[in-house]
Amino acid sequence: MYVAVKGGERAIDNAHAWLEDARRGDRAVPDLEIAQIREQLALAVDRVMAEGSLYDPDLAALALKQARGDVIEAVFLIRAYRTTLPRFGSSLPVDTGAMQITRRISATYKDAPGGQVLGPTFDYTHRLLDFDLENGQPVPPAPEADAQAGPVPHILSHLGREGLIQAEPAGSEDVPDLTRAPLEFPAQRALRLQALTRGDEGFLLSLAYSTQRGYGRNHAFVGELRIGHVRVAAYLPELGFEIEFAEIQITECESVNQFQGSKTEPAQFTRGYGLVFGQSERKAISMALVDRALRARELGEDMADAPAQDEEFVLSHCDNIQSSGFLEHIKLPHYVDFQAELELIRKLRCAAAQGLEAAQ
Amino acid sequence: MTAYNFAYLDEATKRMLRRAILKAVAIPGYQVPFSSREMPMPYGWGTGGVQLTAACLVPEDTLKVIDQGADDTTNAVSIRKFFARVAQVATTEATGAASIIQTRHRIPEAPLQEGQILVFQVPIPEPLRFLEPRETETRTMHALEDYGLMQVRLYEDIARHGEIARAYAYPVRVEGRYIMDPSPIPKFDNPKLDNCPALQLFGAGRECRIYALPPYTRVESLDFEDYPFTPSKAAGQCCALCGAMDSYLDEVITDDAGGRMFVCSDTDYCATRVAVQAEDAA
Repeated sequence: MYVAVKGGERAIDNAHAWLEDARRGDRAVPDLEIAQIREQLALAVDRVMAEGSLYDPDLAALALKQARGDVIEAVFLIRAYRTTLPRFGSSLPVDTGAMQITRRISATYKDAPGGQVLGPTFDYTHRLLDFDLENGQPVPPAPEADAQAGPVPHILSHLGREGLIQAEPAGSEDVPDLTRAPLEFPAQRALRLQALTRGDEGFLLSLAYSTQRGYGRNHAFVGELRIGHVRVAAYLPELGFEIEFAEIQITECESVNQFQGSKTEPAQFTRGYGLVFGQSERKAISMALVDRALRARELGEDMADAPAQDEEFVLSHCDNIQSSGFLEHIKLPHYVDFQAELELIRKLRCAAAQGLEAAQ
Repeated sequence: MTAYNFAYLDEATKRMLRRAILKAVAIPGYQVPFSSREMPMPYGWGTGGVQLTAACLVPEDTLKVIDQGADDTTNAVSIRKFFARVAQVATTEATGAASIIQTRHRIPEAPLQEGQILVFQVPIPEPLRFLEPRETETRTMHALEDYGLMQVRLYEDIARHGEIARAYAYPVRVEGRYIMDPSPIPKFDNPKLDNCPALQLFGAGRECRIYALPPYTRVESLDFEDYPFTPSKAAGQCCALCGAMDSYLDEVITDDAGGRMFVCSDTDYCATRVAVQAEDAA
């Protein structure tokens, strides 16, 4: 006999209890501490902060713990929390030239003022599993040197002095906010960059890769990639002065792209820009390439119809909370629309069979 | 729960939503962009509907939530619990007792009344989306009332299948102007949209769109003179539980030998009829 889909409420409660139990896993294994996640899974924490667009390593670590390590689920937890926070205003633009550098490389110049600093990178590690980590061997501290004094100027500014790279127009005072106004097209570059920096790392990586393989080809050099800490300040009109309220770690990438000139522009280099919370260089480089690809129309480039050059395509699909939500909603009940389809298919088949009989 | 405002959203957000609702009511069938918030449930789970409900709820309201016509499907239970928790409003399963009904994929069988609000969860608000993927294009098409593409699409269905092969999310025209997606309700429900005494609100959270049908709006399902629109459901079947002939039916597989039965998708309608029959029998 038919049993209605009753008991949904109890099923949900039981599912939540089971989920919580599974999250904790074997009780003989010690519970993960938030600080352990923050310190030892720092790049996962960084990704959650970047795509969650909320700079708070402890909350991101908590979200990762609650999400059982599912990064997109953790991003979702952070976004749903972030949306409840009051919006006081905007910070002043951060000065990345004054960054306390932990890593800074250029692929275009062998050396430049400020030097090349490899920093804590996987780049030249051999990807051999380190079985010592299984036993939690003590790790000796890394050798240290004195930090460089003074600001480290952007490498692309050297090209700028020669007029070889397109100057960026000054930003407007009004900072658009993707989370407070619906996205409308065409979007200005500031809004595009905002969408990209929250966008899914995997999606941007694939899009950037597609430009390298010829879908909107525009060869990019990493003019500069820098990771480090910057100070964040805001101007408080009530007080009449600026106040520093945070120090955050960010990754910045400026790509240098060839541009052969168009009817309106002389031949010069152009720039793609990526800026991401935390240490997220794969994302920052991808973002720079996609940013540059999205400028195809503005620069009057021919053949500007590759996916990565299509603003509406990229911005409508880069957010992993939107895309995973809509993708996964198809597991919700669709009995009613499926039933309607079922009846339609039966009717069409019946009509077709009758037509066939009549023809014979 | 005091950490959150009444009905979860802060008042500034509700004001933004109410402005969008007013605009939507003023231009029936027009999709109003709004700055959709991230909600504590995923996009695709009804975030648009939840935001509309949150913006409309007052403490005196009685809320009903259905999914696939049923009050006890998991997502309906989840949304009802959410509002019971963050707004402490009364909830009900009785269509007639509700002041706000949030729904996914159905319109209740019992006729709605003046003063009620029916909130639809909408996945893809743009009826032209599957003909033209670009928002910039479809907005222009609506502005110019350029609906030829849709007519051609429906005509092609007839040429190929002998009828319009759309079983749900069947497009409608509102007050002779905007073509509107009624959300994925079965076309059986389309006639209920027309001249409805209740206010009907449609929310698409992920797509940042709100649209509305004010009470007693003229809503016509698209068709041709020689191929008129016909609402359809399981042919020649009645509900195995309450015997209703006039309700939309779900097909349920009962064994692995092709056995099946049909039952009302609207659980409140079905349960009410069963209760009346039991009373009459007693």
